[in-house]
Amino acid sequence: MSDAATVARLRARFPRAFGRPPWQRAAWALGCVAFVIWLGALCAWFDITPARLSRGVSGLFVILRLMVPPSPGAQWADILQGLAQSVAMAFLGTFVAAAIALPLGLLGARNVVVNALAHFSIRRVFDGFRGVDQLIWALAFVRAVGLGPLAGLLAIAAAEICVLAKLFAEAIENADPRQPESVLAAGGSRLLAIRFGLLPQVLPVLLAQVLYSFESNTRSAAILGVVGAGGIGLQIAERIKVRYWDEVSFIIILILITVAAIDFLSARIRRTLIA
Amino acid sequence: MKDGLAALETAWRARRRARLLAGAIVTAILLVCLAVSAWVSEAYPSALLAGAPRVGEYFARLLPDLRLPVLFAGTATQGSLAYWMYRLDIWLWLLFETSQMAALATLLGALPALLLCFPAAANLAPNRVVYSVCRRALELFRCVPDIVYALILVWTFGIGPLAGILAIALHTVGALGKLFAEVAENADMRPWEGVRAAGGNWAQAVRYAILPQVAPNFLSYILLRFEVNVRGATVIGFVGAGGIGQELYAVISFNYYQEISAIAVLIILCVSAIDLTSEKLRTLAIGRTT
Repeated sequence: MSDAATVARLRARFPRAFGRPPWQRAAWALGCVAFVIWLGALCAWFDITPARLSRGVSGLFVILRLMVPPSPGAQWADILQGLAQSVAMAFLGTFVAAAIALPLGLLGARNVVVNALAHFSIRRVFDGFRGVDQLIWALAFVRAVGLGPLAGLLAIAAAEICVLAKLFAEAIENADPRQPESVLAAGGSRLLAIRFGLLPQVLPVLLAQVLYSFESNTRSAAILGVVGAGGIGLQIAERIKVRYWDEVSFIIILILITVAAIDFLSARIRRTLIA
Repeated sequence: MKDGLAALETAWRARRRARLLAGAIVTAILLVCLAVSAWVSEAYPSALLAGAPRVGEYFARLLPDLRLPVLFAGTATQGSLAYWMYRLDIWLWLLFETSQMAALATLLGALPALLLCFPAAANLAPNRVVYSVCRRALELFRCVPDIVYALILVWTFGIGPLAGILAIALHTVGALGKLFAEVAENADMRPWEGVRAAGGNWAQAVRYAILPQVAPNFLSYILLRFEVNVRGATVIGFVGAGGIGQELYAVISFNYYQEISAIAVLIILCVSAIDLTSEKLRTLAIGRTT
C-alpha cells in the first residue's frame, strides 16, 4: 500500500486528527465573511475607492519628492524659537502637573485614604479625565486665555495631572507599609508617617515617572501648536498650509533630534536616580 | 567611647552638609530651568494672573445647566438632560464613526508592523543590514505624530475620514512594530532551531516556530493600540480628518459652551467603555495560553 493511500485511509478513519471539527470550521468561515462585510461597509461609508487611493498616493509621492532636500527657509529663527517654546511648555507643564498630582496621588492611594468609596471615586475621576486628549484641552485653553504657548502649557498641565496622579497613586500603593507603621508606633502623626515613612521610599519612583512624562510631553508639545497653542506645531502647521514642504521636513527632522536628545538626557538622570 | 561618639557626630554633620549642598545645587538648577522656561513660554506672572480668572470663568460656563426638578423632562425644557444632549443621535453616530476609524486604522497599521517586526528582531533577522533597515523604518514611522501625518494627508487624500485613518495607521505601524519586535526577541528559540534543522526556510520558521508563541501578546498589543487610537481619532478631526473631532472643533470655535461639555462627557464615556472591554479581551487573549 502506498503512503498516499495510507494517509487517505487514516484521514477517513480519524477525521478529527486532520483538522478542526466542522462547527469550528463553520464558525471560522462565518467570522471571515462577517469581517469582509465589515471591511466592505467601512470602505463604502468612508468612500475608500482604488481611484481615490491611487490619486492620494501619487500626490503623497510628489510631496515626498518636494521634501528633499530639507531647508531651514528664511524664517529659521522662528523655527528655533518655536522649538524652544515647545520644550519650555513641556518642562513647565510637567512640573506644574507633578506638583498638583502629588497630593492627588496620595488621596487616590488605598493605603493613605482608607475609605474605599472615596478612593474608588477619586480613581474613576482620574480615569475619566484621561480620556480627554491633550489637544482638546489645548483648544479649550486657547479659547480661555488666547493664542500662544501659555494655553499649551496649561493644556499639558491639565492633561498630565490625571495621568501622573494615577501613576503616583499606584506607586504609593506598592510602597512597603512597615516604615510608615514604625513612624506611627514611635508616636508620629499620620502626616509625619507619610512624610518620613512613605515619601522617601516612593520619591525616586515618582521622579522617574515625572521624567518619563516629560519625555512624552515634549512629543505632544510639538503638535499642540496645530490648534494655536504655541510651539513648533504652529510653525509646522503654517508651513503645511502654504506648502513649503522642504521646510516641513526640516522641522520634522529638528523635532526628531530634540526628542532624541531629551530622551537621552532623561534616561541618564533616571539611571542616576534609581541607582 | 566619648571619642567614638564625637567622631560619629562630626561624620554625620559632614554628610548632612554635603547633602544639603547637593540639594541646594539641584534646587538652584531646577529654579533656573523653571525661570527660563517660564520666560520662553510666555508664562509671565502678569499673564498668569490675567488668565486665571478667565480660565475659571470659561470652565464654569462649560458646566451643564441642569435643574433637578426638570432633569428628565423633554428636549424642549431648559435644564433637562435631554436639553443638554439635544444632538445625542448625531454625536453617538459620530463617536461610532470615530471608533470604526480607529479600528480600521489599527488593522491597517498592524499588518505592515507584522511583516516588519520579524526582520527587525535581533534574534530572527537574516542579517545586520536587513535588521537595521527595518528598525530605522519603524522608528521613522513612529517618530512623526499622527496629527502631523493627518495635516499632510488631508492635502493629498482630501478632507474626510480616509486621511485620518491613513494618518493613524502610519503612526501605528511604527508604534506596534517596535513592540512586536521586542516580543519576538523574547521568544523561545528552540522551536525555531527545530524548524530550521528540519529544513524549513526563514518564512516557515517564523510562521510555525515564532508566530504561535507571540500571537497572544501581539493580539494584546493590538488591542492596547486600539485604545490609544480611539483617543487619537477623537482629535484627528481638528485638522479636517473626520470623526467627532470635527464637530468638537466647531462647537469649541463657536463657543457653544454646553455642547462642549456634552461632547466631552460622551467622549469620556465612550473611551472608558472601550478601555474596559479591551482590558477584558486582553486578559482573555493572554490568559488563554498560560
